[in-house]
Amino acid sequence: MLVLVLDSSTPAVTAALAEITAHAVAPRGERSVVDARAHGELLAPQVSEVLAEAGARPADLAAVVAGVGPGPFTGLRVGLVTAASMGQVLGIPTYGVPSLDAIGHAATHPRSGAAPEAGPVLAATDARRREIYWAVYDLAGERLAGPEVDTPAAVAERARELGVRVAVGEGARRYADILELPLRAGLDYPPPYALAELAAERVRAGAPGDQLTPLYLRRPDAVAAAGRKPVLQ
Amino acid sequence: MADEPLILGIETSCDETGVGVVRGHTLLADALASSVDEHARFGGVVPEVASRAHLEAIVPTMRRALDDAGVTLADIDAIAVTAGPGLAGALLVGVAAAKGYALAAEKPVYGVNHLAAHVAVDTLEHGPLPEPAIALLVSGGHSSLLLVDDLATGVTPLGATIDDAAGEAFDKVARLLGLPFPGGPPIDREARAGSPDAITFPRGLTAPKDLAAHRFDFSFSGLKTAVARWVEAKQRAGEPVPVPDVAASFQEAVCDVLTGKAIAACRDRGVDTLVLGGGVAANSRLRALAEERAAKQGIRVRVPRPKLCTDNGAMVAALGSHLVAAGVAPSRLDLPADSAMPLTIVSV
Ligand SMILES: Nc1ncnc2c1ncn2[C@@H]1O[C@H](COP(=O)(O)OP(=O)(O)OP(=O)(O)O)[C@@H](O)[C@H]1O
Ligand SMILES: [Mg+2]
Repeated sequence: MLVLVLDSSTPAVTAALAEITAHAVAPRGERSVVDARAHGELLAPQVSEVLAEAGARPADLAAVVAGVGPGPFTGLRVGLVTAASMGQVLGIPTYGVPSLDAIGHAATHPRSGAAPEAGPVLAATDARRREIYWAVYDLAGERLAGPEVDTPAAVAERARELGVRVAVGEGARRYADILELPLRAGLDYPPPYALAELAAERVRAGAPGDQLTPLYLRRPDAVAAAGRKPVLQ
Repeated sequence: MADEPLILGIETSCDETGVGVVRGHTLLADALASSVDEHARFGGVVPEVASRAHLEAIVPTMRRALDDAGVTLADIDAIAVTAGPGLAGALLVGVAAAKGYALAAEKPVYGVNHLAAHVAVDTLEHGPLPEPAIALLVSGGHSSLLLVDDLATGVTPLGATIDDAAGEAFDKVARLLGLPFPGGPPIDREARAGSPDAITFPRGLTAPKDLAAHRFDFSFSGLKTAVARWVEAKQRAGEPVPVPDVAASFQEAVCDVLTGKAIAACRDRGVDTLVLGGGVAANSRLRALAEERAAKQGIRVRVPRPKLCTDNGAMVAALGSHLVAAGVAPSRLDLPADSAMPLTIVSV
């Protein structure tokens, strides 16, 4: 079963294809570009490119898997609305996977024969405003805490309490000096194969799809659009 | 009729999620979901609230539009979407959705100008727009006079507001009078019981010295301030505020200037068609006064029904249909949302 995998929860805008068989998840092509300000421009052409490269048409897709964040809202919505609209047209289910789970899963289930991390893993991505989105995973990749959004100092304290041994993700790298945890390089963003693996059981079972709702974690800033100034200042 | 292009339009530039379906100039569906109630207590649209609402509403609104029109996405010839101007995050939801629909259904996508769509929507009620025409575009964010030579390729701005938009003035004055947001409809309603001559409010940029530099421009900020002063004076004096009279007199000042300048632009350019568009074109007094003044000059006024004046998906589909008929090339899949899209660009 060919599935489209999308994630736009971080500066990495990602579209990929994966073939999900009874026992395996095989990558079938990937486009990922790091640009925090161009999710809306980049994603659709990437989808079109991975499909063309694989010699596939949209109608060949069996499901869409999308990272539901947390992540900066505007970019995150691009991936989710792309997944939802494509799923609607094609009449196929859409499955949401927390994007941090994909980073946690990749750290604890490395693809390339590398040794999995020892001890709980902190996965963190940049939440802007000097905060990070974070979650902690055990050796099996099960989430122990999070996802939440906090200052790096607050996360450092929680990570100590949870016995975290290693940190992954661009948010952890960015605030490495505050977190004071050994950093595992090369795992800044949610890898699409990990998103596919985390949704594989549901894809195989033909489970009902999710309504793709972002993990916002923050309330909207309730300020009316500019231009509507108070009368008489 | 069946061989005319079947076009889908998607609108998310502000607080309305709209999906419309048209065939040629025929309206087949106009589905709308609004987050206006979520914004009302802030006295204006909160961008992030609007964006969240668009994401939730887009799939069900699309389903409703397709059901109402009795078509599927496979039947559609092209998808048009508002690419700007508007709230950046809100626009992006619609643009990304349009690309997803277009990609999956393997259809072309047109990123179009919201303001040109406010002009194009009238074709759904009155057929092809005679060109050239003068368009008076009055909404929550814009107040412009345009010369429409060719709606498919570009319009020429003749003038615009130098401060507040007309709809913004309605919203602010409504707030002052304790009326709900958005302010246009309640002021329109209150004004029916009031006298337009009760209070003489200023007509911005109509004095001879202003006309030299701003013949076709508008200004509503002075008017809004004058209304505020008048209302505050009453309140200070402990007298009741005659809401219907203030509403009617304010509305008269706005409509007087808008129609006066629109008719002057028609005469100046020798154009005999005036088309009104944008949310404020739903105003009953603006419609009546424009008709009355235009008739005296042999000018024909075209204005769609009120529901098509405020933001909706059908207007975007109407413009898309016009572009397809004119043979305009579709947009690329990397088309951006442009919150400040200029009026001179009809499609990207
Ligand atoms: N009957 C009416 N009389 C006057 N104003 C009205 C009426 N109905 C709606 N409006 C005004 O129209 C505006 C909304 O129009 P519209 O939906 O076209 O605007 P917008 O999308 O906010 O702005 P823009 O089109 O410039 O981006 C509001 O300011 C509202 O008060
Ligand atoms: Mg509008």
